Amino acid sequence: MASIDLTIFWAAIIGFAVMAYVVMDGFDLGIGILFPTLKVGDERDQAMNSIAPVWDGNETWLVMGGGGLLAAFPLAYGILLTATYPLIIAMLLGLIFRGVAFEFRWRDPRHRPFWDVAFSLGSFVAALAQGITLGAILQGVRVENDAYAGGWLDWLSPFSLLTGVAVVIGYALLGATWLIWKTEGTSHEHARRAGFWLGIATLLSLAAVSAATPFLSYDYWRRWFALPGVLLTAQVPLLVVISAATFFWSLKRGSHRLPFAMALALFLLGFVGLGVSIYPYVVPRAVTIWDAAVPYSSQVFMLPGALVIIPLILAYTGWAYWVFRGKVGTHGYH
Amino acid sequence: MLFDQFDPVILARAQFAFTVSFHFIFPAFSIGLASFLMMLEALWLKTGQGVYANLYRYWLKIFAVVFGMGVVSGVVMSYQFGTNWSVFSHKAGPIIGPLMAYEVLTAFFLEAGFLGVMLFGMNKVGKRLHFFATCMVALGTLISATWIISVNSWMQTPAGFAINEKGQFVPAGSWLPIIFNPSFPYRLVHTVIAAFLTTAFAVGAVGAWHLLKDRGNLGARKMFSMAMWMAALVSPIQIFAGDAHGLNTLEHQPIKVLAMEGDYQPSPAGAPLILFGLPNSAEARVDYEVAIPHLGSLILKHDPYAPLPGLTDYPRDQWPPVPIVFWSFRIMVGIGFAMLGIGLWSLLARYRRKLYDWSWLHRAAILMGPSGFVAVIAGWVTTEVGRQPYTVYGLLRTVDSVSPLAAPAVAASLLAFVVVYFVAFGAGIYYLLHLMAKPPGAGETAPPNVPQRAAGITPASSVAVETPARARG
Repeated sequence: MASIDLTIFWAAIIGFAVMAYVVMDGFDLGIGILFPTLKVGDERDQAMNSIAPVWDGNETWLVMGGGGLLAAFPLAYGILLTATYPLIIAMLLGLIFRGVAFEFRWRDPRHRPFWDVAFSLGSFVAALAQGITLGAILQGVRVENDAYAGGWLDWLSPFSLLTGVAVVIGYALLGATWLIWKTEGTSHEHARRAGFWLGIATLLSLAAVSAATPFLSYDYWRRWFALPGVLLTAQVPLLVVISAATFFWSLKRGSHRLPFAMALALFLLGFVGLGVSIYPYVVPRAVTIWDAAVPYSSQVFMLPGALVIIPLILAYTGWAYWVFRGKVGTHGYH
Repeated sequence: MLFDQFDPVILARAQFAFTVSFHFIFPAFSIGLASFLMMLEALWLKTGQGVYANLYRYWLKIFAVVFGMGVVSGVVMSYQFGTNWSVFSHKAGPIIGPLMAYEVLTAFFLEAGFLGVMLFGMNKVGKRLHFFATCMVALGTLISATWIISVNSWMQTPAGFAINEKGQFVPAGSWLPIIFNPSFPYRLVHTVIAAFLTTAFAVGAVGAWHLLKDRGNLGARKMFSMAMWMAALVSPIQIFAGDAHGLNTLEHQPIKVLAMEGDYQPSPAGAPLILFGLPNSAEARVDYEVAIPHLGSLILKHDPYAPLPGLTDYPRDQWPPVPIVFWSFRIMVGIGFAMLGIGLWSLLARYRRKLYDWSWLHRAAILMGPSGFVAVIAGWVTTEVGRQPYTVYGLLRTVDSVSPLAAPAVAASLLAFVVVYFVAFGAGIYYLLHLMAKPPGAGETAPPNVPQRAAGITPASSVAVETPARARG
């Protein structure tokens, strides 16, 4: 019994890490996606400076999600990454280009346009690959004898492309609302206008993905619409409507922080929705979290890491954000 | 289809070898640099001398570039276990997964969390808090090395495990024998010292380069002197640590040591030390060998007449690729002794009071600048290729560890990695050399995206006394 509880606990921890990654790297990838629309010079420099001190920490949650999956559910880690091989490689290569651009664009003003393109394209590719990966996992992968048994392009489908585009738009929304919060002047105005349209686009994407998901398989349909579950699952769309309304209201009112908070809320609700769809599978319809879980002794060994160290991480990460609080200003942090 | 004739296992191995070798360059440098920066900031806080603050800033800019490349090439590694080695991940996951999770939790977050403050927070937090951030980053690099070397060592000398009904390696009881497996302490000490030496020689070369142009540059003098102390004091320690590591390997992985030595045939009356030659595994002999009789046994057994087995005492399907291991080992050892030579030369120069004037020493130090990187890669090749044909030594073969992927998929990704790494990291290395080519000045600025303020880490008064006239003394 105890081991079953720990399996659920570790699924929750991995879910938390993935969620933390999506919202934190989401806004800095989103800034990369919006980068071509920002004016060369002050607007781009402000946007870059607003994330330079924190992007590395944000990306560490991706390593935590991957490393955590290996540590707690190694079978799923192997199957999922093999099934989405080209997507993962594309994501990694995209992250390399955007990651090095943070330093390189300052080192080499002559080639700054090149590194700006690398930053933007890398962010876009990484976001698109993550979104398609999400769709590929939701639609299911072929598993035989504890191993991936499909081809290397099985992930490609209209549905996975839809989720890919949806994630790109959603990240762009996070990026725009972050810029509303952290910048001033023309950047701020620009982000506010972009935020409005991205808010609409995000809601449309969310609706499209939500409408398509329950039809992927009978199981998704049943868990969303059958009684009595529907009484609970119906709260998710309801909260989405409330968050969306608050988002547009706060945008109109000229609030600096609330749009970002509401964009985060939309992501959180989308994530809860995914949880409802997938649980208790880790590879939908093929491998449950219990099939993939490491033995009890490995789960116990990692407990101090989860119970003591993760709160510590949240504390000093919060401190680092606090040090760089407020508007980034036109001349970087000083 | 293109690439179909390739062996997917070889392609997956090539990809892992390529990406890990490229990755390893950056942490080998950043482990050493982080500690060097910690030392510089501590010296600045203690003495108030501006030269330390300026050197801190000078190397901080370089550290930022190195660290960024280490992060992005490291993310690749954390996913590659799953993309290309899914069977290994499934089978060894219950043991290595938790260790790597602890690396992320205790090291990566620590580094990333404090890096922003270290790089951009000089004027945002107090001096002591900034120093604390530097210390946390340095500590993070060392904790990271500890966990990942524990994982690697477990793959070399697995201990404390049982095998369950799914064929997975699982903890047999306590985690201590897993973490502190037999080769872990030796490998950890040898690798961390290697990172320090690599950094010392890179720093020394930069100092030497600027000394050749201007012997009076105080920053160049200080960094060259500090680097040469490291070379003189730590190179001999490293040679002892390497020897101890070798004896440990002989105990647990004798086949690897025999491949390193090129000992195909058993030596009942004591093994020679083969200096050079061409290993010929087909004929089980070393062609054109130059050897010193009995020295091999003297080193490995501390007795010139002690018998040693040969590779032919073991089945061929347990041999690693002998020529690679043989040569990479010689490159590493050769560089180790060259480092010792530079260290001793610097002591002589210090004794004769010409450390800053002996231009041949400076030229030699420049030549040795990249040597640490070559040595760590060669050492890594020795131990990892020497682990073949297994991923978990003696228990799980490499051919049985690989993901069920078609050759074209792996070939395409390998090609993409090669192109992207050469463009992205090639540019990065060019920028590093560009930064290093600038002499360390008295008014060293912080990273360029953070404009300076008077209240920063360098007090104007301490910079003012830093004049070449005084420095020449």
